[in-house]
Amino acid sequence: MTSSFSNRYAEFIVNHPWRLLVLSVIVILMTASGGRFLQFSNDYREFFSADNPQLLAFEELQDTFNKADNVMFVLAPDDGEVFSNKTLSLIEDITDKSWQIPYSSRVDSISNYQHTVAEEDDLIVANLVEGASQFSQADLDRVRDIATHEPLLVHRLISPKGHVTAINVTVQLPGESLNEVGEVVAAARALRDEVLAVNPDIKIYLSGLSMMDNSFGESAQQDMQNLVPLMFLVVIVVLGLLLRSVSATIATVIIIFSAILFGMGSMGWLGWKLTPPTASAPTIILTMAVADAVHLLVTFLQNMRAGQDKKAAMSDSLRVNLQPIFITSITTAIGFMSMNFSDVPPFHDLGNVVAIGVLIAFVLSITTLPALMMILPVRVRQTATSDTSQKSMAKLADFVVVNSRKLLWSMGLIGLVLVSLLPTNKLDDQFVEYFDETVEFRRDTDFTVENLSGIYDIHYSLKQGESGGVNDPEFLRQVELFANWLRGQKYVMHVRTVTDIYKRLNKNMHGDDPSYYRLPETRELAAQYLLLYEMSLPYGLDLTDQIDIDKSATRLTVTFENLHTEQVLALEEKIGAWLETNTPEIEFSGASATIMFAHIGKRNVESMLVGTTLALVLISFILMLALRSFRVGLVSLAPNLLPAGMAFGIWGFTVGQVGMSLSVVTGMTLGIVVDDTVHFLSKYLRARREKGLNTEQAIRYAFNTVGVALWVTSLVLVTGFIVLAQSHFSLNADMGVMTAVTIAIALIMDFLFLPPLLMKLEEKRHV
Amino acid sequence: MYKGIVTMLLLVGLLPTVQAETAAEKGLAIITESDNRDKGWVDSSADLLMTLRNKKGGESIREMRIKSLEVEGDGDKSLTVFDQPRDVKGTAFLTYSHALDADEQWIFLPALKRVKRISSSNKSGPFMGSEFAYEDISSFEIEKYSYVYLSDEVIDGMDCFVVETKPLYKYSGYTKSILWIDKAEYQLRKVDYFDRKNSLLKTQQFSDYQKFLDQYWRPLTMTMENKQNGKSTELKFSNYKFRTGLTDKDFEKNDLKRQR
Repeated sequence: MTSSFSNRYAEFIVNHPWRLLVLSVIVILMTASGGRFLQFSNDYREFFSADNPQLLAFEELQDTFNKADNVMFVLAPDDGEVFSNKTLSLIEDITDKSWQIPYSSRVDSISNYQHTVAEEDDLIVANLVEGASQFSQADLDRVRDIATHEPLLVHRLISPKGHVTAINVTVQLPGESLNEVGEVVAAARALRDEVLAVNPDIKIYLSGLSMMDNSFGESAQQDMQNLVPLMFLVVIVVLGLLLRSVSATIATVIIIFSAILFGMGSMGWLGWKLTPPTASAPTIILTMAVADAVHLLVTFLQNMRAGQDKKAAMSDSLRVNLQPIFITSITTAIGFMSMNFSDVPPFHDLGNVVAIGVLIAFVLSITTLPALMMILPVRVRQTATSDTSQKSMAKLADFVVVNSRKLLWSMGLIGLVLVSLLPTNKLDDQFVEYFDETVEFRRDTDFTVENLSGIYDIHYSLKQGESGGVNDPEFLRQVELFANWLRGQKYVMHVRTVTDIYKRLNKNMHGDDPSYYRLPETRELAAQYLLLYEMSLPYGLDLTDQIDIDKSATRLTVTFENLHTEQVLALEEKIGAWLETNTPEIEFSGASATIMFAHIGKRNVESMLVGTTLALVLISFILMLALRSFRVGLVSLAPNLLPAGMAFGIWGFTVGQVGMSLSVVTGMTLGIVVDDTVHFLSKYLRARREKGLNTEQAIRYAFNTVGVALWVTSLVLVTGFIVLAQSHFSLNADMGVMTAVTIAIALIMDFLFLPPLLMKLEEKRHV
Repeated sequence: MYKGIVTMLLLVGLLPTVQAETAAEKGLAIITESDNRDKGWVDSSADLLMTLRNKKGGESIREMRIKSLEVEGDGDKSLTVFDQPRDVKGTAFLTYSHALDADEQWIFLPALKRVKRISSSNKSGPFMGSEFAYEDISSFEIEKYSYVYLSDEVIDGMDCFVVETKPLYKYSGYTKSILWIDKAEYQLRKVDYFDRKNSLLKTQQFSDYQKFLDQYWRPLTMTMENKQNGKSTELKFSNYKFRTGLTDKDFEKNDLKRQR
């Protein structure tokens, strides 16, 4: 970008504002019309790439058995007694009506639990509870006794105390439209509300994977609805205070709004779905778009206040700012595009859409914005402005220059200490805790975990191998051994295994003699029990979700208390090791949503290492090119890289848990924090090269020229990401906090560490 | 939209008076004709190969022999003996089906050497883990359902009646089924089953029809495709024999253990 190009360009813009405006309106509106294709996704699988091994394992398991998406109604009667005529009838009623929930394929409750008893030579298989309104106290006691002693039910559908119960609805989503989860949840909520309207003395909580899926969609929607307006408000206030010009503020808001419309519109055209991470895109674009406009307008208004006319003030501002704004936009875009390396697809979309937004904001800032300013009335008082802030910048420059040695060592030390705390971070992706307590799913699931059963589980596919092999006594014995071992482990709440059914049937077939509550002795016996039992089961309550069609494998599900990701991974490993040692003939694989989320953090960190490194190399290269100095470019690495490391250090000793969203922060902030360095160093180098100032004077010059602008843009950025931190979705909120902290640290490092570093290096060079 | 609804209501209201017979009468007439054409076969026996397929393409087979006895004025009697899988070989399953009362079922488990009565009112679960429910393959009795004739439709080049049936017995897994019956031979060509929330659950297709004793059509292949979980089951009948001289004595529960 030669200066003659900048000149001619600036002239064109200020002389043909209307042509430009009409063109921009057309382009923006055409792109924005893509917004009609935008849809909220509500599928937790969106967080996993198509070749994610844990996802593939889970899909394979679900194809062998049945899908495990579910809605769980958790009932807590106020009198603390599930086994009353009233509550049991209610359970029957809800169980019945749950079959009407869209895509439901199975409903399990204590009422339709298929209880088996022997009566002479008959095997009676029937609902455990039928017609509970007519139950006598003896009936109630009998049902309570059976339910609270049945391993298939306790800690899954009934609490041991009998005070909380669940009705679990399994759904099979065809995956043909994005609204399927929404339909399921709407029906579940309607049923809950219908029941609550006539039963005020009971509480109903909704949990399960479908509820979680829906919460992803709802929280994305909420972020869009709540955070974007809040951010606009913040920006308008900050800009108003800073620019002290109504027209300039309006023009900036129009630019930002257009950038968001363009970004989200292109997302629609490209067919990307709105997920909680991408729902934060408008807020981030908004934040990023402010900077370009601010740089341009601050110079423009300063020029006018200094007495220049509108056209001259604008063409001068364009000339001065075109190159730095271009470079910072490119580096910011690169930083965001590093998210393409993430193992979590929604972050690709987020990175790309923000990159699009940042680039269009740049284009608009140097076209539409000046054009708008040309036609809007601008009145300024011709005074030397920002007196106080300029004076404080001068004072700051003094302070830094005088204390450069102390600052270099103390800031360096603080930096190192904070970076050394980085390993105190632990990867943690507990998907329930992605949502804060204001989210219904989180509250309801917390209640469920405290009172009934866990949400974190692992499904084990245990394969005997040959057709009909599940009936092999040795195989069954090993599965039982496994189940018993699991039940003795810490954190295990429930184990669902088919061996419990075999044992019960064996007892039934021997006249309910408790001493026969053990596995059948021969393969034929086991197979024939199963055949008989299967013949007696009603629609939807079959064993196909536990035994595959070839009867060569069975699914065992282990449910845990609330666990940190590290604990999940440790348990997964421990269980795998146990199986390999103790049941070597059984081919097993463990999979679940819990496992998928447990591995995603680490996978994402590993994949982002590549992306972040690449972004670092590219950005440093651009920086060196722009500053035309390899050495200064190299020096700039310190204030650019340290802030993210320090922010993670602070996070380590304050929070300590890092979810999958935080691994994208380093690459993304790199592109942002580098802007400050670019502005500071370009002014510093200009002073050295063109004005022939010495190091100390050049540093003062840099402080005086860009100090205020850096301070203000950083303030806007930090505020923007703090707004994002208000999200009820922790992946977004954490990303917001972390980015805000990183940007704040970067500014501190640019002011207090970079100048002393420059002085130290120049000193050495001249010795 | 509103106009459309009014027209529709009017049409529905007018239909019975315009037509000579109501849709329900016509539906019943079609089914009765179909049922009448199949009377008098006395007894039959056949071998059955059942192939189960899951979403992954995994397969599993079951083999059995079926004997049936036509019973005048009540449901038929049938006896199924399993040959495959090996573990259930010799297991025999006897059914006396009834029109509206629950069917009576006994099963002989060779490993236990006992005959057990299955006293479950639930006949809607999967048969041998397949996509067929017991109620899909049990003996057909007119009294078990209500009928409504819906329309005429051509499927696979065959002109068919389309009839909707609703089960009249408790504990069915379905709200309704839609039957396609060809006009030429009054045989089933296709059935759609709808689950409790009235969504399409399964589609059954009938093919390889063969005529026995110059009168009785039997499909040698039936497939049942579950539209919700992607699993399917195929039934292949072979070795059909009619009027082999079976009597009530061949369908005694006390003789189950002698079935081999």
